[in-house]
Amino acid sequence: MNTFWHLVRRDITLARRQGASSFLGVAFFVIAVSLFPFAVGPDPLILASIGAGIIWVAALLATLLSLDRLFQADFEDGSLDTLVLAPQPLVALVLAKTLAHWLTTTLPLIIAAPLLAMFMALPASAFTMLMVSMLVGTPALSFIGAVGAALTVGMRRGGVLLSLLILPLYIPVLIFGVGALGAAMLGQDGSSALMLLGAFSLVSLVLAPLGAAAALRLALE
Amino acid sequence: MEDLAHNQTPPTTSGIALHDLACDRGGRRVFTGVQADLSPGDALVVRGTNGSGKSSLLRVLAGYIPAGDGSITWNGINVRDDIGLYQSCLHYVGHLDGVKPVLSVRENIALWSLLMGDPMDVDAALAHFGLRKLADLPAKYLSAGQKRRLNLARLGASRRPLWLLDEPAVSLDAQSVAQLESLIADHRRAGGIAIVATHNDLNIEDATLLSLGKQGFESQERES
Repeated sequence: MNTFWHLVRRDITLARRQGASSFLGVAFFVIAVSLFPFAVGPDPLILASIGAGIIWVAALLATLLSLDRLFQADFEDGSLDTLVLAPQPLVALVLAKTLAHWLTTTLPLIIAAPLLAMFMALPASAFTMLMVSMLVGTPALSFIGAVGAALTVGMRRGGVLLSLLILPLYIPVLIFGVGALGAAMLGQDGSSALMLLGAFSLVSLVLAPLGAAAALRLALE
Repeated sequence: MEDLAHNQTPPTTSGIALHDLACDRGGRRVFTGVQADLSPGDALVVRGTNGSGKSSLLRVLAGYIPAGDGSITWNGINVRDDIGLYQSCLHYVGHLDGVKPVLSVRENIALWSLLMGDPMDVDAALAHFGLRKLADLPAKYLSAGQKRRLNLARLGASRRPLWLLDEPAVSLDAQSVAQLESLIADHRRAGGIAIVATHNDLNIEDATLLSLGKQGFESQERES
């Protein structure tokens, strides 16, 4: 288990030293969402009705933005060769790297989300549900993304292919994430959508590292 | 034949044995019929022209590439049966240095020492390659030779019995080559095994020599 936490800490340290990655993701998220009031006009009724969907789509794209570097840096400088030799199964290392990626790039998005909910004139009662649904749903984005990142790790311009591979798989997360939020905004019980979202995250937590590890092994050949 | 008979008595065998090892890259057989039997303290020097399969052999031995044919036996067990256990017994040093530019020299080695398990004294590992004075410098300021030395210092930062070194002396100065030679000698004295692919005349005493390409594998492939 030690290697696992050392690797999580290493990736968090690297992300912090390189600085830009967390900040850029949040900045993209904020700018992308704040474009919509300019495009559709400041009518709070329209903004509130499309706000939940726009925040989720922007969060999804912001996550995607940093995913292509998840394994690529380690692959390019040869660290991945060495990591494979660590006394832990590769699946555990994939899990550690993905967890570190979620903590450094997705968690800041969740913290910034209430600010954007204000931009989009969402009712204050929905703020809690927005953060809870993102907390429950975004791990699925990171884990599914890890498979795509591992498959495209050896490619020069893998980012676009990564989007094509991954975005269709994000659709269930989007549906249930926005569904939970929409229910909360109407004063209904959003817990069933939330539970499905959680189920999706848990399934991807179990299956995705297996796929990503197999893809990385192929990339090392 | 004596060696083969010896290998069949399970508990006493230790070390690494290669039987008729072959490797395919891109549908082409790079080498075939590689035989070797190394006990603790032994060294194997792999030589050959460009493209003769030295790097491929080391990547097969590290378990990155599945062997096209033949088998590798580690301590009497076929490595295919427990690749994870085997991989946790070896160090691989390839062409890439795996140095993180934003971390300091010491942090780079300390991390590998923690991640690879069985950690040893990080400062001693750095001192061996004369990196002690640079320990707090971010690794992005290192020269190519210094980065190489930093990568090699990893060998001394966590204890593993099998070393696979692919052209370890590239871009090293004469003094660092001598330090590398003494590190390999110490490793063998402590019962370790070293398999080294090299063009340079890295001085490794009593090493078995394996020549790839010269046995006609490459020329055979070219004719077909």
